[in-house]
Amino acid sequence: MATTQQLTPAMQRQRSARLRRNTLYLVLIVLGLLAPLAIYPVFLMKVLCFALFACAFNLLLGYAGLLSFGHAAFLATGGYFTGIMLASYPGLTPEVGILIGTLAAVVLGTFFGVLAIRRQGIYFAMVTLALAQMVFFFFVQAPFTGGEDGLHGVPRGELFGLISLSDNLNMYYFVFAVFVIGFAIIQRAVHSPYGQVLKAIRENEPRAVSLGYNVDAYKLVAFVLSAGLAGLAGSTKTVVFQLASLTDAHWHMSGEVILMTLLGGVGTLFGPVVGAGLVVSLQTQLAQSPLGNWVSVILGLIFVVCVLSFRSGIVGEIQKMVRKNFK
Amino acid sequence: MTMIFGVPLMVFMGQLMLGLINGAFYALLSLGLAVIFGLLKIVNFAHGAQYMLGAFAALLGLQYLGINYWVALLLVPLVVGGLGMVIERLILRRIAHLDHLYGLLLTFGLALIFEGSLINFFGVSGSSYPTPALLEGGMNLGFMFLPTYRAWVLVAALVVCLGTWFVIERTRLGAYLRAGTENPALMQAFGVNVPLLITLTYGFGVALAAFAGVLAAPLYPVSPTMGSSLLIVVFAVVVIGGMGSILGAILTGLAMGLIEGLTKVYYPEAANTVIFLVMILVLLLRPAGLFGKEA
Repeated sequence: MATTQQLTPAMQRQRSARLRRNTLYLVLIVLGLLAPLAIYPVFLMKVLCFALFACAFNLLLGYAGLLSFGHAAFLATGGYFTGIMLASYPGLTPEVGILIGTLAAVVLGTFFGVLAIRRQGIYFAMVTLALAQMVFFFFVQAPFTGGEDGLHGVPRGELFGLISLSDNLNMYYFVFAVFVIGFAIIQRAVHSPYGQVLKAIRENEPRAVSLGYNVDAYKLVAFVLSAGLAGLAGSTKTVVFQLASLTDAHWHMSGEVILMTLLGGVGTLFGPVVGAGLVVSLQTQLAQSPLGNWVSVILGLIFVVCVLSFRSGIVGEIQKMVRKNFK
Repeated sequence: MTMIFGVPLMVFMGQLMLGLINGAFYALLSLGLAVIFGLLKIVNFAHGAQYMLGAFAALLGLQYLGINYWVALLLVPLVVGGLGMVIERLILRRIAHLDHLYGLLLTFGLALIFEGSLINFFGVSGSSYPTPALLEGGMNLGFMFLPTYRAWVLVAALVVCLGTWFVIERTRLGAYLRAGTENPALMQAFGVNVPLLITLTYGFGVALAAFAGVLAAPLYPVSPTMGSSLLIVVFAVVVIGGMGSILGAILTGLAMGLIEGLTKVYYPEAANTVIFLVMILVLLLRPAGLFGKEA
């Protein structure tokens, strides 16, 4: 092949890395399509929703270095708006409901983002936590959320008015498609020049400023994108489980998504997916066992262990091992 | 009857007093956060849980060991502060060299552990702690009725806050602390045992939280979740005031309590959120916080 000989070794490496990555994506998509044949689809849908949530969160922490302690607000906002829309307008198809929920999260994310990026580091985390708590109180008091009881009986409806989502398998493939789209957006953002600048800001903000980048604008776009995708996850979750509840808005949820990301691997594309899968499985398993009441203690312990001695997370550690032994 | 903007004076003063009491707790807790943050540079997410542990220790001490309120007020901060020192020595020290966000995450994990364990043993519903006999009853001041215990809480909290301010700003130990905040490496070079200073500082911050917990026990239901929701409000207070100044933390805490109390009188629906609204306003107008330095 004539063209191959003109490529530099670096370009060849890049090309083969891309090929390997695409093969991996293909294998994973096939696995995802086959999964509901072996595993209960409702459980898989829950994992996928939380995986998308964690991926969205990771975009902010892993690639922009911003620790948001208020991501539950976006999950819940997406969920509530979708739920209210679908419950009050029976003619609405689920994809429109999900779009509306996602937009609501984008609007809220813009508001949070504009305020929170005015402070850095630890203050950023505290500001997002406080803002999310405000949203929580709003949902507790608002007449349309059903307060402590939550919003029940959201119809799954028919996708595009054609495909009934009451069937769990149909629902699963829809959720899988939503997840793949969300993941693709994140993957694209991270590997684009935009993503590179984001990483530069994470590594050395003053240097990025001195190079002439509008750091605040980059951070804000990352925040809004992350909030929107978290909202998408919440909206989809509401359609799957046909309910939206205050649990999603509670600060525990903001902590859980941090744990998923940390456990799987901050700043790796697949880490949050692995982390979400593990945490959701753990919660499901523990709920049925005598240890059911100890879930939050166990999550706390995992938190402590992760921070103390497992900071790269599962996928991060695997990447390190591969890099050490195969290159 | 005297009215203030359409509200009876008694009601108005009563709510203001409640606000001031809440403010005293905000002040005590944000002060502890500020002291810890100054030297360790971590935000102690377990602060709410340690406040809750203080209240629980007082309650359990009374129920099982017959330790009365006054002894608890002295003993509990020492015990919980000691626990804090053990945590600092065994756990926090290992991550001191890392990004400070890890400290936040680690203490968050600790908070989950404390809160979750106590929920398992005592449930989420609160128990009440009896008001000490000496401080029962109240005084009628003519314009308001002042329960003695509330007056005591306010005085005790203010004395401890100002005492802390005095120690940090006016004594030799405080000078070490401030120097350690500025430049720990140089301090160590001068022969000051900085790691010990760090352990003691964390212990002291935790002891402040536990002290607040004992003070709060007769006022609010003692439950495992009493600290976490309070802590988030305290975080907002800290963002408003900035953690750079001790006096700033105390003043902001009291002021936010008063604002909350006033909101309860005139627009109760917003009482939960008014402090967060003030935080948003401060972020827009003075992003570094009222007493903070521009980064």
